[in-house]
Amino acid sequence: MTALLRVEHLTMRFGGLTAVNDVSFEARRGEITALIGPNGAGKTTVFNCITGFYKPTAGRIAMAPQGALDTAAIDALTRSGARGRNGLFLLERMPDHEIARKAHVARTFQNIRLFSGMTALENLVVAQHEPLMSASGFSLLGLAGAPRYRRAERAALDKARAWLERIQLIDRADDPAGALPYGDQRRLEIARAMCADPALLCLDEPAAGLNPRESADLTALLRAIRDEHDASLLLIEHDMSVVMDVSDHVVVLDYGRKIADGAPAAVRADPAVIAAYLGVPDDEVAAIEQEIGA
Amino acid sequence: MELFLQQLINGVTLGSIYGLIAIGYTMVFGIIGMVNFAHGDVFMLSAFIALILLLALQQMLGVFAPVLSFLIILVGAMALTGLWNYMIERLAYRRLRGSFRLAPLISAIGMSIFLSNFVYVMQGPRNKAAPPMFDKVIKLTSGSSYDVTLSYKQILIVVVTASLLAVFWFIVQKTPLGRAQRACEQDAKMAALLGVDVDRTISATFVIGAALAAVAGVLYLTYYGVVNSQDGFVPGVKAFTAAVLGGIGSIPGAVLGGLLIGLIETFWSAYFSADYKDVAAFSILAITLIFMPSGLLGRPDVEKV
Amino acid sequence: MNALWPALRAALIAAGLAFPVVALRTDLNMDNQLVLEPRWSWMLAAMALAFFGKLALGALPARKPKAAPAQTAEPPARTKWIARAGLALIALWPFLALFFAGPSGALKWIDNYGVQILIYVMLAWGLNIVVGLAGLLDLGYVAFYAVGAYAYALLSTQYGVSFWICLPLAGILAAFWGVLLGFPVLRLRGDYLAIVTLAFGEIIRIVLTNFSSLTNGDAGIASIPRATFFGLPFTAGPNGFAAFFGLKFSPIHRIVFLYYLILALALLTNFVTLRLRRLPIGRAWEALREDEIACRALGLDTTKVKLTAFALGAMFGGFAGAFFAVRQGFVSPSSFNFMESATILAIVVLGGRGSQIGVALAAVAIIGGSEILREFDFLKTIFGPDFDPTQYRMLLVGLAMVAMMNWRPRGLVETRAPTVSFGQARQIGADMVKEGHG
Repeated sequence: MTALLRVEHLTMRFGGLTAVNDVSFEARRGEITALIGPNGAGKTTVFNCITGFYKPTAGRIAMAPQGALDTAAIDALTRSGARGRNGLFLLERMPDHEIARKAHVARTFQNIRLFSGMTALENLVVAQHEPLMSASGFSLLGLAGAPRYRRAERAALDKARAWLERIQLIDRADDPAGALPYGDQRRLEIARAMCADPALLCLDEPAAGLNPRESADLTALLRAIRDEHDASLLLIEHDMSVVMDVSDHVVVLDYGRKIADGAPAAVRADPAVIAAYLGVPDDEVAAIEQEIGA
Repeated sequence: MELFLQQLINGVTLGSIYGLIAIGYTMVFGIIGMVNFAHGDVFMLSAFIALILLLALQQMLGVFAPVLSFLIILVGAMALTGLWNYMIERLAYRRLRGSFRLAPLISAIGMSIFLSNFVYVMQGPRNKAAPPMFDKVIKLTSGSSYDVTLSYKQILIVVVTASLLAVFWFIVQKTPLGRAQRACEQDAKMAALLGVDVDRTISATFVIGAALAAVAGVLYLTYYGVVNSQDGFVPGVKAFTAAVLGGIGSIPGAVLGGLLIGLIETFWSAYFSADYKDVAAFSILAITLIFMPSGLLGRPDVEKV
Repeated sequence: MNALWPALRAALIAAGLAFPVVALRTDLNMDNQLVLEPRWSWMLAAMALAFFGKLALGALPARKPKAAPAQTAEPPARTKWIARAGLALIALWPFLALFFAGPSGALKWIDNYGVQILIYVMLAWGLNIVVGLAGLLDLGYVAFYAVGAYAYALLSTQYGVSFWICLPLAGILAAFWGVLLGFPVLRLRGDYLAIVTLAFGEIIRIVLTNFSSLTNGDAGIASIPRATFFGLPFTAGPNGFAAFFGLKFSPIHRIVFLYYLILALALLTNFVTLRLRRLPIGRAWEALREDEIACRALGLDTTKVKLTAFALGAMFGGFAGAFFAVRQGFVSPSSFNFMESATILAIVVLGGRGSQIGVALAAVAIIGGSEILREFDFLKTIFGPDFDPTQYRMLLVGLAMVAMMNWRPRGLVETRAPTVSFGQARQIGADMVKEGHG
């Protein structure tokens, strides 16, 4: 599997506080990569750097939506000073909306950010702004009701319908998003992000607040996105059953540093990870493991 | 040089008045995150209250002693303007605290329109000239062409401003009320859970802000000797500019910003063009908000995602 | 007895508020000295009002908060019929006025109640794009109105350019200024944006006042050429409109023509806005009002989205400005002060941000209402000859804004219609819709 996102030596400081300290990892194409760690480990900050909401203090974030990441090409791009070319992008140089539009990175938010006064359907149509906007020809073709725009609109509605059916919300398509139950809102936000055609979908705690049934549905949805929609996933999650069940690759952060990186089973057995979650130094882990019989 | 010195004196005088008004903007913004658009009109109202009190003293009670009447109108205007702002907060803003962010601003714009037109309707459209007070002037230097003067009024303004700021600083720094204010500024919900009466603290903030605006109103009236119902808008915007320039939310910033705006305005008028003096203030407002939104002494605002 | 204390307290507070400003009026006497004229009765009236008002409020049973439905399935047929009937009334208004009031009496009804209101409807619809759809609070909208008005005034008086060429030019010029002013400020937070637009509006007005070599300063630009009926002037001569159509000359022809001109402009604004709402750009405006951060995460260039809203709103303001100049034949900076911006904003706020019909109704209420105040001359017999009811107009507008924010923050028409639906579209309740978070 080739990587499509490479984060190198990412550092983010807020005043005197270093939230992320020299973190490097990769997300591979066709895989689900989980970013875990205790509260305050810097996971969401990493997300915000990748998606351009924060400008990192230092480090490089390379993204290749279609092709492969090639170290020589990344270095050449870095030297050129450009934001991106030939399907390769340096995200730390791009504003947030360009990252979504050109580098094809979409995201959801920890506290759901739907357009609550717009219907579920409208939410999914807004996410297809880019293709619709170019079809509407600076809105002039759209104003005139040109066939080209009508075709594009129909295609957008079909896509929205398919996603609403996929997340079992087709009956509530015309309800305001803010009126949907919490679990439905979570799924709708994922569908909305998918309507933006991402190569990499970043999910910030998608299982937070879901009951076990909804969590199981979510796991199935994430797998379907990976297997059927040609998108790779990067997710922050606290629910370990979801993480271990769904992810192909796990990166663990603690106090802004990466402490482990590997397959779920390997990470689970890593003493450093256990120590981080239990809040004790590494050398005491063995003792604790004995105590709890692990 | 003489011109420079004279403008320095005039600028500090004007800046003291702006600084006093700016504190009201900055405190309210600090505690409930709202641009209190009506504050300039509260200032104008206070100048009217002071004018009427002064006339009442002279014509109804026959009190003419300048220092005594000054003190009476100062205290009277502070108290009555405080009452006004207390009621304004109760009726126009309190219900909007949980509402969307622009709701209190729109309500405040409505309140600003109401206040200026209320005074217009009640007191008529004309400029109202106050009986002159503290008219003596000290000649500092007598140059060949230009005398630098320092009037009693200017001394009075700077002295009153400085002493009231000291009292105010004591209240904010050393009293339980000041502590409650700072707690609400940090996190009103948490402060409420810890037993701070948030409503009362916010009311007190409005009353104090209005009292300081009233001081500015009285000083404005003594300095210019004339007031009109439309006089709230421009000084209000300038004082807001001062608050923004100093760093909104920061009280020393408001005073510093006020002095700077006062100086810039007088020097601009003296050396460039008096016609465009308001353009200077408005441009500073726009430039500060665009390029330096946390001002000189404010805290930067990190966007939460 | 328990109800009396709060009422007494209210009366005391009213006394404190009313004491100097209401109870004592400052006036100039014969010697040009300021004297006080006591009006204790007014103060007593305020106290009585507060006392009995508080008593009445206390006697009312406590209202239970009514849970608003998230959606209402309003029958679209009924709304459509109301809109059609309203449109028919508006289309026939000048003829109804002529029929009922006669040629001399109709002038007031067509001009003051027709043209005047329609100018504000158009301005408010233009501002509604910015404030209602995109959720950006613009306090300097009147600047674009001024740009349009001065564009026509200067081009026609200096270069003799005709109205029909100036009209689109005025719109384009205003949109250009919208982009120019909008570009640096649109990344600001909502309340800061409002203040900066206010500053820009004032700067433009001050420049118009002081740049006398071009604008003639406070005196303004007079004798601006009047509009022609596609080349036919509204004059009594043989080449005039009346002669061409074989009518008897009457000055009311011009007014009726102006009425239909502004009606057409306003309807154009409405049509474009309603169509754009259903296009990606319109949905992006509303999405921006709902959640800017989510928009950016979905790849919307929010600066561009804001700029288009700003420029389009400015363009309609520019059209309205050109119309204002041709109607008045005179422009001066005093027509473009902050109170004008505030009035337009009040119309949008009271009507319901984003709702076209609500905004139109609010314009009728506020502008028509202040015209009606003129008719209340009989009140002079009660309050004395100095009483001028029109002075109370802005006072009432200000109070209405405060009241609306407190009790019905989304305005008269508070629901939102979805722009696209699979089934039957239903209105979205007020509690769901966001107002622009700043």
